[in-house]
Amino acid sequence: MSPMRRSAKKFPARARPKSSAAVAGLHLLSDAEMRRIAERVFKFSDADETEVEIGAVTDALTRFANNTIHQNVAEQALSVSVRTVLDGRTARATTNKTDDDSLRRVVETAKSLARSQPRNPDLLPMPGPQKYTKAARYFENTAYATPADRARTVARVTQMAEKNKQTAAGIFSTGVTQTAIANTRGLFASHRQTRAEFSITILESDSSGWAKANSPDLDRIDPAAMAQSASEKSAASRQPGEAAPGRWTVILEPSAVLDLVGFLFYDFAGTAMLDQRSCFTKRMGKRVLGENITLHDDAYHPLQSGAPFDGEGIPRQKILLLDKGVPVNLVYSRASAKKMKARPTGHGFPLPNEMGEAPMNLVFAGGESSVEEMVRSTGRGILVTRLWYIREVDPYEKVLTGMTRDGTFLVQDGRVAGGIRNFRFNQGILEMLSNVEMMGPAVRAAGEESFEMVVPPMKIRNFHFTEVTKF
Amino acid sequence: MRDFANWALDTAKLRGATYADARVMDIRLRDLSTKNGQVGTLAESESYGIGIRVIAQGSWGFAATDRLTREAIAACAAEAVAIAKASALAKRHDVEMVPVEAYQDTWQNPYVKDPFQIPIERQLDLLLAADREMSRVKGVTVAETSMTFRRIEQFFASSIGSAIHQIKMQSGAGIVATSFAGNEIQKRSYPNSFGGQHQLAGYELVESLDLVGNALRIAVEAVALHSAAQSPEGAKTLILDSSQLGLQIHESIGHPIELDRVLGMEANFAGMSFLTTEKLGKLRYGSDIVNVVADARLEHGPGLGTFGYDDEGVPAQCTPIISNGLFTGYLSNRETAVSIGLARSGGTMRTESWNRLPIIRMTNISILPGAWRYKDLIADTDDAVLMETNRSWSIDDRRYHFQFSTEIAWEIKGGKKTRMLKNPSYSGITTEFWNSCDAICSREHWTLWGTPNCGKGQPQQTMGTGHGASPARFRNVKLGAAFAKS
Repeated sequence: MSPMRRSAKKFPARARPKSSAAVAGLHLLSDAEMRRIAERVFKFSDADETEVEIGAVTDALTRFANNTIHQNVAEQALSVSVRTVLDGRTARATTNKTDDDSLRRVVETAKSLARSQPRNPDLLPMPGPQKYTKAARYFENTAYATPADRARTVARVTQMAEKNKQTAAGIFSTGVTQTAIANTRGLFASHRQTRAEFSITILESDSSGWAKANSPDLDRIDPAAMAQSASEKSAASRQPGEAAPGRWTVILEPSAVLDLVGFLFYDFAGTAMLDQRSCFTKRMGKRVLGENITLHDDAYHPLQSGAPFDGEGIPRQKILLLDKGVPVNLVYSRASAKKMKARPTGHGFPLPNEMGEAPMNLVFAGGESSVEEMVRSTGRGILVTRLWYIREVDPYEKVLTGMTRDGTFLVQDGRVAGGIRNFRFNQGILEMLSNVEMMGPAVRAAGEESFEMVVPPMKIRNFHFTEVTKF
Repeated sequence: MRDFANWALDTAKLRGATYADARVMDIRLRDLSTKNGQVGTLAESESYGIGIRVIAQGSWGFAATDRLTREAIAACAAEAVAIAKASALAKRHDVEMVPVEAYQDTWQNPYVKDPFQIPIERQLDLLLAADREMSRVKGVTVAETSMTFRRIEQFFASSIGSAIHQIKMQSGAGIVATSFAGNEIQKRSYPNSFGGQHQLAGYELVESLDLVGNALRIAVEAVALHSAAQSPEGAKTLILDSSQLGLQIHESIGHPIELDRVLGMEANFAGMSFLTTEKLGKLRYGSDIVNVVADARLEHGPGLGTFGYDDEGVPAQCTPIISNGLFTGYLSNRETAVSIGLARSGGTMRTESWNRLPIIRMTNISILPGAWRYKDLIADTDDAVLMETNRSWSIDDRRYHFQFSTEIAWEIKGGKKTRMLKNPSYSGITTEFWNSCDAICSREHWTLWGTPNCGKGQPQQTMGTGHGASPARFRNVKLGAAFAKS
């Protein structure tokens, strides 16, 4: 039931002429141009050390509802963020203007902020040049998708909905992001990436279905197949019944898994452990999850996205976080690594900050069962498409609350028996990951509560639904 | 700013737009934070650009750029028109809007002290002093403080002749003490969670909060929560403090009354609403004492939803939302007003920044004060739980079923506030909850809270909203489901 299909080729992979770009006059900055901006900043700065982070975004999003496009937007933005260090003090100032006066002023602001605070004895010197593994995540077909491309796709899916007497709502977006970090110790890192995203909700009078996918490569997204899947779910969940809350066997599709396990990401931060805010505090090295749960952070995984360096320009490393249910490693910025006598892993946020670091490229090891096999093996359970409005109730036991949404089904005697009203859950995630009975292959999943990750669908026993809503 | 906007309108018209508006915005931010005695974030930023919204061939287009040359603005306006024409490839009908007068005006919120003129050293000294007070308490594992300031200068111009210049100054500050012990993480925030209190005000707001004077108290409470009794499960009388009631209003009144949500425009992300249009003027939303307004006018107070004009040039106004318990109004804009036959927009179009399309947002959604003095309300209550300061919040995508938990609670027995309770939560169905309200405290206990982190729209936008509330009592509310074991 995954909405993403590797072989989908709805858009030709050829580069389009620049005149038909998503945003008029799309201009991608070369490394040389970004270096020149950084050099101009360095020229204006007499701080002990200076770091420049350049971000450029070209993004477009076509939004539809009630079977029509109702919002359709595009933006171009550039930001230059400067961090200065003066006598053991650091601060940051950011502008989106690149004329000399503005760059001079942003340097002066960063210096003035830095001077205004007490000395920080833990502040480290900026890192020097690093070696990076390139992550190829730029696709011309995605960068140059046009408003007309997106509108034609939307027209196809809304026509399908109308034909089925259904209503479609969703988004189709494409864009390019560029990032560079440079500092006066000679470090320079850059990354260029495209992004495509399609999400659709298909509504009937008393039911709905949903699908969402996100990839650096537009060719890996198949809007027609996703619309078909959402349409079928909406039709299959008509006239929902009501099931009693309680402990249930659930089959969570990848988006539902993602939005739950995504709440664990900061628990793997060295700083969270130092602050005793991680749910793994006093639990490192102990089996706290099922033996079938293994998790890496891997920025280089083929289904992942993002830059191969962190907020200080340190190369990201692949880290084993959970090994057969045992939390074995954390991720570190340079500062937390020093405090915890560990090596930096390339997961730090831009300085200064109080959060430290976090793994942003989570990859779960999956299994081999399909969702259909999970359904066939279930006497009585609930099949969940997606979850919504998830919030943390208990940060140490990692109890989360939230709702099911857009396709919740009763499974009876090995088959989907029909739609049911949505549930509220209050479920401990550590407990949940100790109760996983089956898993499917891990896929790149997209949700609304967590950033994209590579996660499998899961069949889980004793999932705790506490109340039912009205639809 | 005026020139930039006019260049955009001229090009949009030349390219075939039948309507166009432009927002030039210059946004300045300052963020400061400390953690365990050290400076955390210390940053300033500025962002300047233009967003151009047009109707062409009966459909919407929007484009934004931070390149503020005549050539770049013209290209951006042309692109907005091209996007609108692409939108027309998948349209069902032409966009219609209710009329609005053309306004030429200037508006600025009043404030006493410009926070950007207060030396950083002074601001950090205050935060570090509060941090020290919290860190003094044994058992506090993380002490955190923060301040945030935002100055938004914007110029709006439209093809119907409006030209509106506005300046808004926002300030906010708060502190948090966290304690880990045994198998529990407990925390207390002051004056509220979400970074404290935020208003359309200057540095005088921060000075009025007395962060240092409250730091020790919340630190002691955070540690004491570990040994407090568990808040009960079951149906009970519930009293909410004004900050938690503010969030209850936000989630279970503010969002469901957004007319774009009601009409299905947010169905894919934020969701829809149970408040379908046939309920207007008919639904008993709450008990007779419940009166709620959406009020963006300055006379309502310095809320994060206060302004002179919204982001499509409609003057700030007050819309009765719930009148003596009856559902009486939606949040609308010029386009959605047409759908329910309104003669004018409710003036609730707001944008996060120059690069985002204005969408319907809450202004100040406030419950009007009742007649009760707080001490009389407590004295009048025989057996209840008093909950203070939000900890978690969740509601379904049609805004029926909610669950909230708060940082701390107190047992009310025989008209007296007795022992501390930990891990409190309550849940319910929106209209059942508001109909169970039987007491609301008076104006002297009413606070206009700021919620700075309301997310909506695709691409997602974060907006500040205001919520005036005083403590209130609700009967027969389900407590404790969040921590129930079975």
